[in-house]
Amino acid sequence: MGRNRQRKIRKDLRSLLLGLLFISPWIVGFFLFLVYPVLANFYLGMTQYSGFGEPQWIGLQNYGELIHDPLFWTSFYNTFYYVILAVPLGVFVAIALALAMNQKVREVAVYRTLLYLPSVAPIFALSMMLIWLLNPRYGLFNYFLGLLPLAAINWLGDTRWSKLAIVLVAQFGAGQIGLIFLAALRAIPSTLYDAASLDGAGPWRKFWYITLPLLTPTILYDIIIGIGFGLQIFAPAYIMTDGGPLNSTMFTALYIYKNAFEYSRVGFAAAVSGILFVINAALAIITFWSSKYWVNYSIE
Amino acid sequence: MSLFYISPMYWMLVTAMKSDQELASFPPTLWPQNVAWQNFQQATQTFPFLPYLSNTVMYAALTMVGSVLSNFVIAYGFSRIKWPGRDLLFYPVIASIFIFVQFPVNPITMVPLFSLFAQFGLVNSYIPLVLPTFFGNPFFIFLLRQFMLQIPTDLSEAARIDGAKEWQIMCRIILPLTRPALVVVALLAGVNAWNDFLGPLIYLQNDKMYTLSIGLQFFKTMHGIQFNLLMAASCLVVLPVVMVFLFFQRFFIEGITLGSGR
Repeated sequence: MGRNRQRKIRKDLRSLLLGLLFISPWIVGFFLFLVYPVLANFYLGMTQYSGFGEPQWIGLQNYGELIHDPLFWTSFYNTFYYVILAVPLGVFVAIALALAMNQKVREVAVYRTLLYLPSVAPIFALSMMLIWLLNPRYGLFNYFLGLLPLAAINWLGDTRWSKLAIVLVAQFGAGQIGLIFLAALRAIPSTLYDAASLDGAGPWRKFWYITLPLLTPTILYDIIIGIGFGLQIFAPAYIMTDGGPLNSTMFTALYIYKNAFEYSRVGFAAAVSGILFVINAALAIITFWSSKYWVNYSIE
Repeated sequence: MSLFYISPMYWMLVTAMKSDQELASFPPTLWPQNVAWQNFQQATQTFPFLPYLSNTVMYAALTMVGSVLSNFVIAYGFSRIKWPGRDLLFYPVIASIFIFVQFPVNPITMVPLFSLFAQFGLVNSYIPLVLPTFFGNPFFIFLLRQFMLQIPTDLSEAARIDGAKEWQIMCRIILPLTRPALVVVALLAGVNAWNDFLGPLIYLQNDKMYTLSIGLQFFKTMHGIQFNLLMAASCLVVLPVVMVFLFFQRFFIEGITLGSGR
């Protein structure tokens, strides 16, 4: 018996080593490209470092400085503003896209292509396009608003609208997550809808009591991913507004970028990155934890 | 809704084909009166389009190679070999999808990684952009693992009894069966590299090394007022992605849905 046990341990050990060998690139990548930078953010955050020479240890000075920097608070205000607006809107738009892509009409393949296409197009090109589309004088957007007799809006030049414009750009990328919702929609057994029809439920009640609860796992995924993308929003703001007007689109990622690569305040930027990481991780964990109160994992 | 979604791309194309006078007319015309094809030619001459195109193609190709190789082997280890602690170690993979969201360059890790690569004198090269793709991408690992778990284990067991080595099973049995999922990974990785903005922005400082994404930004700051030329250049950048997408549409759609089966 002892011999058998020894053999089992040896076999386990061999399979362990073999498994670790296969995943070893990931282990290296995980520590080098994720764990190391996260820890280094906290170390560099306590140094003064211009990117050249040696980082000078200054303790918590960067953190003291950023608390008194109004732009630090503005950047987080803008970022949260964006997340609070873009995440729920994103879920709503994605579900709407999925329902549209699930229509039983012949041209549905064409619709699916049209709705999905913008999400594979580069966001920088879409952003450039939107500068032109939202142009207050020549833009198509205000032209249509003008037909509805609404006042022309200076989307990217007005602090009240600039964040909304960037939320709008992000919605063009909803096709990808829309497809995931579509797959979830198709996985719902049609017998559920048949039974509901027999009980006299209309389309709205069916959506509310069958479709929506069964989409909750996908909604959870979308919310967590959406929070991450929202907290790290960079390219559209950099291209369309460069943080302006009056810092109304100065998001945290842009603030980090400018400090690190334009003002050579690498230590300071690392301190902000560390804070962004903590917030990002905390929000992901809280959202995940909250899921046990509202996500349905089974069909019963 | 479809019309709204396609409107930016439609408008990009239409603007690119307008002459300078027509561009300034209001209300805007929905289709150019005289198609100004010369805009496209002029756009490619206003910035070094062809060198940037070849840089971008190289970046995308290397990223595809790295992503397919590394993620295939890693996902194999996470799905086709039974070993103690395997499913426990998979949690960090999932967690990193949710926290970092974008790979390999994202605002959380960019400052220390840039400093690290700078110390090795690797800034202003493609190494910081390409090297990480050879060490796995959590999203692709997840995608491929899902796919490989669906392949019956009997296939591997039978080969093991016949005395095949693990790498032989991987290459001869599992690789051919995983090919559709690997095509998906290659496509998504290629499009990601093509569309990458933050990575090239940080690491590529010499304008000879620019990708199209940064070249276009450069173009904008130089010739920002000429929107028809900017849009013509944008069209040329977007066109390859659109072509690839239309050609491999089935793979894109299956690939995305593959990741949702959990």
